[in-house]
Amino acid sequence: MLDFLKSPIVAVQDFYILTGRALANVVRPPHYADDIAIQMDSIGVGSLMIVMLTSFASGLIITMQMARALQEYGATDQVGQIVALTLVRELGPLLTAIVVAGRNASGIASELGSMKVTEQIDAMRALGTDPIQKLVTPRMIATAIMLPVLTVVADFVGMIGGFIIAYFTIGLSPTQYWKTAYTALQYNDIVQGLMKPFMFGFVISLVGCFYGLRTTGGTQGVGRATTEAVVVGMVWVFILTSLITRVFVNLH
Amino acid sequence: MAGQTQEELLRFDGVTIRFDDQVAVNNVSFSVTPGQTRVLLGAAGAGKTTLLKAAIGLLPVNEGTVSLFGQDITGLSEKELFELRRRVGVLFQEGGLFDSLTVEQNVAYPLVNRKKKIGAELVHQKVKDALSFVELTHTLEKFPNELSGGMRRRVGIARAVVTEPPLVLYDSPTAGLDPITANTIMTLVAKERDTQQTANLIVTHRYQDGEIMANFSYNSKREGLEPSNLAAGGSANAAKSQTIFMVMNAGRLCFEGSQAELEASKDEYVSKFVLRRR
Repeated sequence: MLDFLKSPIVAVQDFYILTGRALANVVRPPHYADDIAIQMDSIGVGSLMIVMLTSFASGLIITMQMARALQEYGATDQVGQIVALTLVRELGPLLTAIVVAGRNASGIASELGSMKVTEQIDAMRALGTDPIQKLVTPRMIATAIMLPVLTVVADFVGMIGGFIIAYFTIGLSPTQYWKTAYTALQYNDIVQGLMKPFMFGFVISLVGCFYGLRTTGGTQGVGRATTEAVVVGMVWVFILTSLITRVFVNLH
Repeated sequence: MAGQTQEELLRFDGVTIRFDDQVAVNNVSFSVTPGQTRVLLGAAGAGKTTLLKAAIGLLPVNEGTVSLFGQDITGLSEKELFELRRRVGVLFQEGGLFDSLTVEQNVAYPLVNRKKKIGAELVHQKVKDALSFVELTHTLEKFPNELSGGMRRRVGIARAVVTEPPLVLYDSPTAGLDPITANTIMTLVAKERDTQQTANLIVTHRYQDGEIMANFSYNSKREGLEPSNLAAGGSANAAKSQTIFMVMNAGRLCFEGSQAELEASKDEYVSKFVLRRR
Protein backbone atom coordinates (compact mmCIF):
# COMPACT_ATOMS: atom_id res chain seq x y z
CA MET A 1 0.00 0.00 0.00
CA LEU A 2 2.83 2.37 0.85
CA ASP A 3 4.93 1.29 -2.13
CA PHE A 4 4.85 4.81 -3.56
CA LEU A 5 6.94 5.95 -0.58
CA LYS A 6 9.67 3.40 -1.23
CA SER A 7 11.39 5.25 -4.06
CA PRO A 8 11.68 8.68 -2.35
CA ILE A 9 12.80 7.09 0.93
CA VAL A 10 15.48 5.07 -0.87
CA ALA A 11 16.57 8.23 -2.71
CA VAL A 12 16.92 10.17 0.58
CA GLN A 13 18.83 7.24 2.09
CA ASP A 14 21.15 7.10 -0.94
CA PHE A 15 21.73 10.85 -0.72
CA TYR A 16 22.75 10.58 2.93
CA ILE A 17 25.06 7.66 2.17
CA LEU A 18 26.69 9.68 -0.64
CA THR A 19 27.03 12.71 1.65
CA GLY A 20 28.55 10.62 4.44
CA ARG A 21 31.07 8.96 2.14
CA ALA A 22 31.99 12.25 0.43
CA LEU A 23 32.58 13.92 3.81
CA ALA A 24 34.57 10.94 5.17
CA ASN A 25 36.80 11.09 2.09
CA VAL A 26 37.88 14.64 2.99
CA VAL A 27 40.23 13.16 5.61
CA ARG A 28 40.77 9.75 4.00
CA PRO A 29 43.53 9.22 1.41
CA PRO A 30 44.04 9.27 -1.52
CA HIS A 31 43.46 12.99 -2.03
CA TYR A 32 43.05 14.33 -5.54
CA ALA A 33 44.46 17.87 -5.18
CA ASP A 34 44.69 18.33 -8.96
CA ASP A 35 41.00 17.57 -9.36
CA ILE A 36 40.10 20.02 -6.56
CA ALA A 37 42.15 22.75 -8.28
CA ILE A 38 40.51 22.04 -11.66
CA GLN A 39 37.04 22.18 -10.10
CA MET A 40 37.86 25.38 -8.18
CA ASP A 41 38.86 26.95 -11.48
CA SER A 42 35.74 25.68 -13.24
CA ILE A 43 33.32 26.63 -10.47
CA GLY A 44 35.04 29.76 -9.13
CA VAL A 45 36.73 31.45 -12.06
CA GLY A 46 34.21 30.05 -14.53
CA SER A 47 31.25 31.56 -12.64
CA LEU A 48 32.92 34.88 -11.79
CA MET A 49 31.62 36.99 -14.67
CA ILE A 50 27.99 35.91 -14.43
CA VAL A 51 28.04 36.27 -10.62
CA MET A 52 29.51 39.78 -10.92
CA LEU A 53 26.95 40.77 -13.55
CA THR A 54 24.05 39.47 -11.46
CA SER A 55 25.16 41.16 -8.26
CA PHE A 56 26.04 44.43 -10.03
CA ALA A 57 22.55 44.57 -11.51
CA SER A 58 21.04 43.72 -8.12
CA GLY A 59 22.99 46.55 -6.45
CA LEU A 60 21.75 49.01 -9.08
CA ILE A 61 18.13 47.91 -8.77
CA ILE A 62 18.05 47.81 -4.95
CA THR A 63 19.49 51.32 -4.78
CA MET A 64 17.08 52.71 -7.37
CA GLN A 65 14.03 51.20 -5.66
CA MET A 66 15.13 52.00 -2.12
CA ALA A 67 16.05 55.57 -3.01
CA ARG A 68 12.46 56.16 -4.12
CA ALA A 69 11.05 54.71 -0.91
CA LEU A 70 13.54 56.49 1.35
CA GLN A 71 12.93 59.82 -0.41
CA GLU A 72 9.46 59.97 1.18
CA TYR A 73 11.08 59.95 4.64
CA GLY A 74 13.97 62.22 3.62
CA ALA A 75 16.41 59.40 4.35
CA THR A 76 18.06 58.77 0.99
CA ASP A 77 21.47 59.19 2.64
CA GLN A 78 20.83 55.83 4.36
CA VAL A 79 20.63 53.90 1.09
CA GLY A 80 24.18 52.53 1.51
CA GLN A 81 23.13 50.87 4.74
CA ILE A 82 20.17 49.11 3.12
CA VAL A 83 22.18 47.95 0.11
CA ALA A 84 24.95 46.56 2.35
CA LEU A 85 22.59 44.73 4.69
CA THR A 86 20.43 43.30 1.91
CA LEU A 87 23.37 42.10 -0.12
CA VAL A 88 25.59 40.75 2.64
CA ARG A 89 22.85 39.04 4.65
CA GLU A 90 20.55 37.71 1.96
CA LEU A 91 20.78 38.59 -1.69
CA GLY A 92 24.53 38.17 -2.17
CA PRO A 93 24.61 34.54 -0.93
CA LEU A 94 21.22 33.71 -2.47
CA LEU A 95 21.81 35.11 -5.95
CA THR A 96 25.32 33.66 -6.10
CA ALA A 97 24.00 30.26 -5.04
CA ILE A 98 21.23 30.37 -7.65
CA VAL A 99 23.69 31.29 -10.38
CA VAL A 100 26.12 28.55 -9.29
CA ALA A 101 23.29 26.02 -8.93
CA GLY A 102 22.11 26.81 -12.45
CA ARG A 103 25.58 26.76 -13.91
CA ASN A 104 27.46 24.15 -11.88
CA ALA A 105 24.89 21.75 -10.44
CA SER A 106 23.73 21.22 -14.01
CA GLY A 107 27.32 20.92 -15.23
CA ILE A 108 28.22 18.40 -12.54
CA ALA A 109 25.04 16.34 -13.10
CA SER A 110 25.47 16.23 -16.87
CA GLU A 111 29.19 15.39 -16.68
CA LEU A 112 28.74 12.60 -14.13
CA GLY A 113 25.53 11.46 -15.85
CA SER A 114 27.32 11.11 -19.17
CA MET A 115 30.10 9.19 -17.45
CA LYS A 116 27.51 6.91 -15.87
CA VAL A 117 25.66 6.05 -19.08
CA THR A 118 28.90 5.47 -21.02
CA GLU A 119 30.16 3.07 -18.32
CA GLN A 120 33.03 5.38 -17.33
CA ILE A 121 31.94 5.19 -13.67
CA ASP A 122 31.95 1.37 -13.85
CA ALA A 123 35.35 1.51 -15.58
CA MET A 124 36.66 3.71 -12.77
CA ARG A 125 35.45 1.23 -10.16
CA ALA A 126 36.84 -1.67 -12.18
CA LEU A 127 40.22 0.06 -12.30
CA GLY A 128 40.30 0.32 -8.51
CA THR A 129 39.28 3.96 -8.02
CA ASP A 130 36.45 5.11 -5.79
CA PRO A 131 34.26 7.42 -7.94
CA ILE A 132 33.08 9.25 -4.83
CA GLN A 133 36.67 9.96 -3.81
CA LYS A 134 37.74 10.90 -7.32
CA LEU A 135 34.67 12.77 -8.57
CA VAL A 136 32.35 13.79 -5.72
CA THR A 137 34.70 14.89 -2.92
CA PRO A 138 36.80 17.25 -5.10
CA ARG A 139 33.63 18.91 -6.47
CA MET A 140 32.19 19.23 -2.96
CA ILE A 141 35.38 20.77 -1.52
CA ALA A 142 35.82 23.10 -4.51
CA THR A 143 32.23 24.38 -4.37
CA ALA A 144 32.27 24.81 -0.58
CA ILE A 145 35.45 26.91 -0.87
CA MET A 146 34.60 28.90 -3.98
CA LEU A 147 30.98 29.80 -3.21
CA PRO A 148 31.88 31.97 -0.15
CA VAL A 149 34.67 33.58 -2.19
CA LEU A 150 32.26 34.31 -5.05
CA THR A 151 29.74 35.67 -2.54
CA VAL A 152 32.28 38.13 -1.10
CA VAL A 153 33.04 39.32 -4.64
CA ALA A 154 29.29 39.49 -5.40
CA ASP A 155 28.62 41.56 -2.25
CA PHE A 156 31.35 44.02 -3.13
CA VAL A 157 30.39 44.34 -6.81
CA GLY A 158 26.73 44.75 -5.79
CA MET A 159 27.69 47.61 -3.46
CA ILE A 160 29.66 49.22 -6.28
CA GLY A 161 26.51 49.00 -8.42
CA GLY A 162 24.58 50.66 -5.61
CA PHE A 163 27.24 53.33 -5.27
CA ILE A 164 27.05 54.24 -8.97
CA ILE A 165 23.32 54.98 -8.63
CA ALA A 166 23.78 56.68 -5.26
CA TYR A 167 26.52 58.95 -6.61
CA PHE A 168 25.26 59.78 -10.08
CA THR A 169 21.47 59.72 -9.58
CA ILE A 170 20.84 60.52 -5.93
CA GLY A 171 23.87 62.71 -5.50
CA LEU A 172 25.32 61.09 -2.39
CA SER A 173 29.00 61.61 -1.71
CA PRO A 174 31.27 58.54 -1.70
CA THR A 175 31.90 59.03 2.04
CA GLN A 176 28.19 59.13 2.83
CA TYR A 177 27.47 55.97 0.89
CA TRP A 178 30.43 53.83 1.97
CA LYS A 179 30.41 54.99 5.62
CA THR A 180 26.74 54.10 6.12
CA ALA A 181 27.29 50.81 4.30
CA TYR A 182 30.33 49.95 6.42
CA THR A 183 28.89 50.94 9.81
CA ALA A 184 25.62 49.09 9.15
CA LEU A 185 27.38 45.74 8.98
CA GLN A 186 27.94 43.83 12.17
CA TYR A 187 29.98 40.72 12.90
CA ASN A 188 26.75 38.70 12.93
CA ASP A 189 25.95 39.76 9.34
CA ILE A 190 29.38 38.78 8.05
CA VAL A 191 29.15 35.34 9.70
CA GLN A 192 25.68 34.81 8.31
CA GLY A 193 26.75 36.02 4.88
CA LEU A 194 29.65 33.57 4.76
CA MET A 195 28.03 30.61 6.47
CA LYS A 196 25.18 30.50 3.97
CA PRO A 197 27.30 30.10 0.84
CA PHE A 198 29.48 27.57 2.63
CA MET A 199 26.40 25.42 3.32
CA PHE A 200 24.94 26.08 -0.13
CA GLY A 201 28.24 24.90 -1.65
CA PHE A 202 27.88 21.48 -0.05
CA VAL A 203 24.23 21.12 -1.04
CA ILE A 204 24.60 22.31 -4.65
CA SER A 205 27.60 20.08 -5.38
CA LEU A 206 26.21 17.01 -3.63
CA VAL A 207 22.82 17.33 -5.31
CA GLY A 208 24.55 17.67 -8.70
CA CYS A 209 26.73 14.62 -8.02
CA PHE A 210 23.82 12.60 -6.64
CA TYR A 211 21.61 13.09 -9.68
CA GLY A 212 24.57 12.58 -12.02
CA LEU A 213 25.59 9.28 -10.44
CA ARG A 214 22.07 7.84 -10.46
CA THR A 215 21.47 8.68 -14.13
CA THR A 216 19.89 5.93 -16.18
CA GLY A 217 18.42 5.81 -19.66
CA GLY A 218 21.03 7.24 -22.02
CA THR A 219 21.15 10.84 -23.21
CA GLN A 220 17.52 11.45 -22.25
CA GLY A 221 18.42 10.36 -18.72
CA VAL A 222 21.32 12.82 -18.66
CA GLY A 223 18.96 15.67 -19.57
CA ARG A 224 16.50 14.60 -16.88
CA ALA A 225 19.24 14.32 -14.24
CA THR A 226 20.52 17.81 -15.13
CA THR A 227 17.09 19.40 -14.77
CA GLU A 228 16.38 17.60 -11.50
CA ALA A 229 19.76 18.64 -10.08
CA VAL A 230 19.11 22.34 -10.78
CA VAL A 231 15.53 22.30 -9.47
CA VAL A 232 16.30 20.31 -6.30
CA GLY A 233 19.52 22.29 -5.72
CA MET A 234 17.61 25.59 -5.86
CA VAL A 235 14.79 24.32 -3.63
CA TRP A 236 17.37 23.31 -1.02
CA VAL A 237 19.06 26.70 -1.28
CA PHE A 238 15.73 28.41 -0.51
CA ILE A 239 15.01 26.06 2.38
CA LEU A 240 18.48 26.50 3.86
CA THR A 241 18.53 30.27 3.51
CA SER A 242 15.21 30.47 5.36
CA LEU A 243 16.45 28.20 8.15
CA ILE A 244 19.79 29.97 8.61
CA THR A 245 18.17 33.40 8.53
CA ARG A 246 15.67 32.24 11.15
CA VAL A 247 18.49 31.03 13.40
CA PHE A 248 20.38 34.32 13.10
CA VAL A 249 17.25 36.41 13.63
CA ASN A 250 16.64 34.48 16.86
CA LEU A 251 20.28 34.90 17.91
CA HIS A 252 20.03 38.62 17.34
CA MET B 1 34.72 -22.77 -0.35
CA ALA B 2 33.45 -26.27 -0.81
CA GLY B 3 34.46 -27.87 -4.08
CA GLN B 4 36.70 -24.99 -5.12
CA THR B 5 40.20 -25.64 -6.31
CA GLN B 6 42.98 -23.11 -5.77
CA GLU B 7 43.49 -23.02 -9.54
CA GLU B 8 40.21 -21.24 -10.21
CA LEU B 9 40.54 -17.57 -11.03
CA LEU B 10 36.82 -16.89 -11.09
CA ARG B 11 33.94 -18.96 -9.80
CA PHE B 12 30.19 -18.43 -9.85
CA ASP B 13 28.26 -20.63 -7.45
CA GLY B 14 24.46 -20.58 -7.77
CA VAL B 15 24.44 -16.84 -8.47
CA THR B 16 21.13 -15.03 -8.78
CA ILE B 17 20.85 -11.30 -9.42
CA ARG B 18 17.57 -9.40 -9.33
CA PHE B 19 16.61 -5.86 -10.25
CA ASP B 20 13.45 -5.17 -8.24
CA ASP B 21 11.20 -8.07 -9.24
CA GLN B 22 13.08 -8.94 -12.44
CA VAL B 23 15.58 -11.80 -12.38
CA ALA B 24 18.57 -10.84 -14.54
CA VAL B 25 20.82 -13.79 -13.65
CA ASN B 26 19.25 -17.01 -12.44
CA ASN B 27 21.20 -19.63 -10.47
CA VAL B 28 24.36 -19.50 -12.59
CA SER B 29 27.41 -21.63 -11.77
CA PHE B 30 30.71 -21.95 -13.64
CA SER B 31 34.40 -21.32 -13.13
CA VAL B 32 37.35 -19.97 -15.10
CA THR B 33 40.76 -21.62 -14.67
CA PRO B 34 44.18 -20.27 -15.75
CA GLY B 35 44.71 -20.29 -19.50
CA GLN B 36 41.04 -21.02 -20.14
CA THR B 37 38.78 -18.98 -22.41
CA ARG B 38 35.06 -18.93 -21.71
CA VAL B 39 32.83 -17.55 -24.43
CA LEU B 40 29.42 -16.52 -23.13
CA LEU B 41 26.86 -16.26 -25.93
CA GLY B 42 23.40 -14.81 -25.57
CA ALA B 43 20.90 -12.46 -27.13
CA ALA B 44 20.54 -8.84 -25.97
CA GLY B 45 18.98 -8.73 -22.50
CA ALA B 46 19.98 -12.31 -21.63
CA GLY B 47 21.95 -11.10 -18.59
CA LYS B 48 25.47 -11.40 -20.02
CA THR B 49 26.72 -7.94 -19.05
CA THR B 50 25.09 -8.21 -15.61
CA LEU B 51 26.96 -11.48 -15.05
CA LEU B 52 30.24 -9.94 -16.19
CA LYS B 53 29.81 -6.96 -13.88
CA ALA B 54 28.99 -9.25 -10.97
CA ALA B 55 32.26 -11.10 -11.61
CA ILE B 56 34.22 -8.14 -10.23
CA GLY B 57 31.62 -6.97 -7.73
CA LEU B 58 30.31 -4.02 -9.76
CA LEU B 59 26.82 -5.37 -9.15
CA PRO B 60 25.68 -7.02 -5.91
CA VAL B 61 24.59 -10.64 -5.89
CA ASN B 62 21.24 -11.60 -4.30
CA GLU B 63 21.92 -15.32 -3.93
CA GLY B 64 24.98 -17.55 -4.30
CA THR B 65 28.63 -16.57 -4.23
CA VAL B 66 31.22 -15.14 -6.61
CA SER B 67 34.87 -15.96 -5.92
CA LEU B 68 37.75 -14.07 -7.47
CA PHE B 69 41.25 -15.53 -7.14
CA GLY B 70 39.89 -17.90 -4.52
CA GLN B 71 38.33 -15.16 -2.39
CA ASP B 72 34.60 -14.87 -1.89
CA ILE B 73 33.79 -11.31 -2.97
CA THR B 74 30.07 -11.28 -2.23
CA GLY B 75 30.52 -9.84 1.25
CA LEU B 76 33.44 -7.53 0.54
CA SER B 77 33.24 -3.75 0.81
CA GLU B 78 33.98 -1.56 -2.21
CA LYS B 79 37.36 -0.66 -0.73
CA GLU B 80 38.34 -4.30 -0.26
CA LEU B 81 37.24 -5.05 -3.82
CA PHE B 82 39.54 -2.41 -5.33
CA GLU B 83 42.66 -4.49 -4.68
CA LEU B 84 41.15 -7.61 -6.29
CA ARG B 85 39.75 -5.68 -9.25
CA ARG B 86 43.20 -4.30 -10.02
CA ARG B 87 44.24 -7.87 -10.86
CA VAL B 88 41.51 -8.19 -13.51
CA GLY B 89 41.51 -6.51 -16.90
CA VAL B 90 38.12 -5.36 -18.15
CA LEU B 91 37.05 -4.17 -21.58
CA PHE B 92 33.66 -2.48 -21.44
CA GLN B 93 31.13 -2.56 -24.25
CA GLU B 94 31.97 0.84 -25.71
CA GLY B 95 35.52 0.79 -24.37
CA GLY B 96 34.61 2.72 -21.19
CA LEU B 97 37.38 5.24 -21.88
CA PHE B 98 37.50 8.47 -19.89
CA ASP B 99 36.44 11.28 -22.26
CA SER B 100 38.42 13.97 -20.48
CA LEU B 101 41.72 12.06 -20.57
CA THR B 102 44.05 11.48 -23.53
CA VAL B 103 44.71 7.98 -24.81
CA GLU B 104 48.03 7.96 -22.93
CA GLN B 105 46.35 9.04 -19.67
CA ASN B 106 43.60 6.47 -20.16
CA VAL B 107 46.03 3.59 -20.63
CA ALA B 108 48.25 4.86 -17.80
CA TYR B 109 45.26 5.12 -15.43
CA PRO B 110 45.50 1.59 -13.93
CA LEU B 111 49.25 2.07 -13.39
CA VAL B 112 49.05 5.53 -11.86
CA ASN B 113 46.10 4.79 -9.59
CA ARG B 114 47.46 1.82 -7.73
CA LYS B 115 48.91 1.64 -4.26
CA LYS B 116 52.44 0.69 -5.32
CA LYS B 117 53.54 3.75 -7.26
CA ILE B 118 55.89 3.32 -10.19
CA GLY B 119 58.06 5.96 -11.85
CA ALA B 120 56.73 8.17 -14.63
CA GLU B 121 59.33 6.80 -17.08
CA LEU B 122 58.25 3.23 -16.46
CA VAL B 123 54.57 4.19 -16.74
CA HIS B 124 55.25 5.87 -20.09
CA GLN B 125 57.16 2.82 -21.33
CA LYS B 126 54.42 0.39 -20.26
CA VAL B 127 51.77 2.59 -21.91
CA LYS B 128 53.77 2.67 -25.14
CA ASP B 129 54.17 -1.12 -24.99
CA ALA B 130 50.45 -1.63 -24.43
CA LEU B 131 49.55 0.73 -27.28
CA SER B 132 52.11 -0.94 -29.50
CA PHE B 133 50.39 -4.25 -28.68
CA VAL B 134 47.17 -2.86 -30.17
CA GLU B 135 49.09 -1.00 -32.90
CA LEU B 136 48.01 2.46 -31.81
CA THR B 137 51.23 4.13 -30.63
CA HIS B 138 50.47 7.16 -32.81
CA THR B 139 47.36 8.03 -30.78
CA LEU B 140 49.07 8.88 -27.46
CA GLU B 141 48.01 12.53 -27.43
CA LYS B 142 44.54 12.02 -28.90
CA PHE B 143 41.28 12.12 -26.96
CA PRO B 144 38.79 9.21 -27.20
CA ASN B 145 36.29 11.27 -29.19
CA GLU B 146 38.92 11.71 -31.92
CA LEU B 147 39.10 7.94 -32.44
CA SER B 148 36.88 5.56 -34.40
CA GLY B 149 34.78 2.93 -32.59
CA GLY B 150 37.29 0.19 -33.38
CA MET B 151 40.23 2.29 -32.22
CA ARG B 152 38.45 3.10 -28.95
CA ARG B 153 37.91 -0.62 -28.43
CA ARG B 154 41.63 -1.24 -29.09
CA VAL B 155 42.64 1.46 -26.60
CA GLY B 156 40.23 -0.22 -24.15
CA ILE B 157 42.09 -3.49 -24.67
CA ALA B 158 45.43 -1.72 -24.12
CA ARG B 159 44.12 -0.30 -20.84
CA ALA B 160 42.76 -3.70 -19.78
CA VAL B 161 46.06 -5.51 -20.34
CA VAL B 162 48.60 -2.81 -19.38
CA THR B 163 48.93 -4.25 -15.86
CA GLU B 164 49.41 -7.78 -17.27
CA PRO B 165 46.44 -9.27 -15.40
CA PRO B 166 45.98 -13.06 -15.26
CA LEU B 167 42.26 -12.71 -16.06
CA VAL B 168 40.65 -10.45 -18.67
CA LEU B 169 36.90 -9.86 -19.05
CA TYR B 170 35.58 -8.66 -22.40
CA ASP B 171 32.06 -7.23 -22.65
CA SER B 172 30.86 -7.54 -26.26
CA PRO B 173 34.26 -6.63 -27.74
CA THR B 174 32.92 -6.66 -31.32
CA ALA B 175 29.44 -5.19 -30.80
CA GLY B 176 28.56 -2.58 -33.39
CA LEU B 177 31.75 -3.01 -35.40
CA ASP B 178 32.12 -3.90 -39.07
CA PRO B 179 33.35 -7.48 -39.75
CA ILE B 180 36.91 -6.41 -40.61
CA THR B 181 37.33 -4.33 -37.46
CA ALA B 182 35.63 -7.07 -35.41
CA ASN B 183 38.21 -9.57 -36.69
CA THR B 184 41.02 -7.14 -35.81
CA ILE B 185 39.66 -6.91 -32.26
CA MET B 186 39.37 -10.69 -31.92
CA THR B 187 42.92 -11.06 -33.27
CA LEU B 188 44.08 -8.82 -30.42
CA VAL B 189 42.09 -10.83 -27.88
CA ALA B 190 43.70 -14.07 -29.16
CA LYS B 191 47.10 -12.36 -29.23
CA GLU B 192 46.75 -11.37 -25.58
CA ARG B 193 45.71 -14.92 -24.69
CA ASP B 194 48.57 -16.58 -26.59
CA THR B 195 51.37 -14.17 -25.72
CA GLN B 196 50.49 -13.54 -22.06
CA GLN B 197 48.67 -16.82 -21.29
CA THR B 198 45.74 -14.97 -19.77
CA ALA B 199 42.41 -16.52 -18.91
CA ASN B 200 39.44 -14.84 -20.59
CA LEU B 201 35.72 -14.45 -20.14
CA ILE B 202 34.27 -13.11 -23.39
CA VAL B 203 30.68 -11.99 -23.44
CA THR B 204 29.35 -11.72 -26.98
CA HIS B 205 26.37 -12.36 -29.22
CA ARG B 206 28.58 -13.33 -32.18
CA TYR B 207 29.37 -17.00 -32.57
CA GLN B 208 32.28 -16.04 -34.86
CA ASP B 209 34.11 -14.46 -31.90
CA GLY B 210 34.11 -17.79 -30.07
CA GLU B 211 35.01 -19.65 -33.23
CA ILE B 212 38.14 -17.51 -33.66
CA MET B 213 39.16 -18.14 -30.05
CA ALA B 214 38.59 -21.89 -30.36
CA ASN B 215 40.21 -22.49 -33.75
CA PHE B 216 42.88 -19.88 -34.23
CA SER B 217 46.14 -19.04 -32.51
CA TYR B 218 48.33 -15.99 -32.74
CA ASN B 219 51.58 -16.44 -34.61
CA SER B 220 54.06 -13.85 -33.28
CA LYS B 221 56.44 -14.31 -36.22
CA ARG B 222 53.80 -13.77 -38.88
CA GLU B 223 51.99 -11.26 -36.62
CA GLY B 224 48.60 -12.72 -37.36
CA LEU B 225 46.17 -15.52 -36.65
CA GLU B 226 46.54 -18.98 -38.09
CA PRO B 227 44.46 -22.13 -37.65
CA SER B 228 45.45 -23.83 -34.42
CA ASN B 229 46.12 -27.15 -36.18
CA LEU B 230 48.83 -25.44 -38.26
CA ALA B 231 50.46 -23.71 -35.32
CA ALA B 232 53.87 -24.94 -34.28
CA GLY B 233 54.11 -26.83 -30.99
CA GLY B 234 51.39 -28.36 -28.88
CA SER B 235 50.56 -25.26 -26.87
CA ALA B 236 48.71 -23.56 -29.68
CA ASN B 237 46.52 -26.63 -30.16
CA ALA B 238 45.37 -26.15 -26.60
CA ALA B 239 43.22 -23.24 -27.83
CA LYS B 240 40.41 -25.56 -28.85
CA SER B 241 40.31 -27.64 -25.68
CA GLN B 242 40.77 -24.56 -23.49
CA THR B 243 37.86 -22.70 -25.10
CA ILE B 244 34.52 -23.42 -23.49
CA PHE B 245 31.24 -22.08 -24.81
CA MET B 246 28.33 -21.09 -22.60
CA VAL B 247 24.92 -19.91 -23.76
CA MET B 248 22.67 -17.72 -21.66
CA ASN B 249 18.94 -17.32 -22.11
CA ALA B 250 16.73 -15.13 -19.90
CA GLY B 251 19.30 -15.15 -17.10
CA ARG B 252 19.90 -18.90 -17.13
CA LEU B 253 22.91 -20.80 -18.44
CA CYS B 254 21.31 -23.20 -20.89
CA PHE B 255 24.50 -24.64 -22.38
CA GLU B 256 28.09 -25.25 -21.34
CA GLY B 257 30.55 -27.26 -23.42
CA SER B 258 32.99 -27.41 -26.31
CA GLN B 259 32.47 -26.01 -29.79
CA ALA B 260 31.66 -29.50 -31.12
CA GLU B 261 29.01 -29.98 -28.42
CA LEU B 262 27.59 -26.54 -29.14
CA GLU B 263 27.30 -27.28 -32.85
CA ALA B 264 25.69 -30.63 -32.09
CA SER B 265 23.18 -29.17 -29.63
CA LYS B 266 19.52 -29.83 -30.44
CA ASP B 267 18.32 -27.03 -28.16
CA GLU B 268 16.32 -24.59 -30.25
CA TYR B 269 17.77 -21.44 -28.64
CA VAL B 270 21.35 -22.73 -28.54
CA SER B 271 21.35 -23.88 -32.15
CA LYS B 272 20.20 -20.45 -33.31
CA PHE B 273 23.67 -19.05 -32.62
CA VAL B 274 25.36 -21.77 -34.63
CA LEU B 275 22.81 -22.09 -37.41
CA ARG B 276 23.09 -18.42 -38.19
CA ARG B 277 26.75 -19.05 -38.93
CA ARG B 278 26.15 -22.02 -41.28
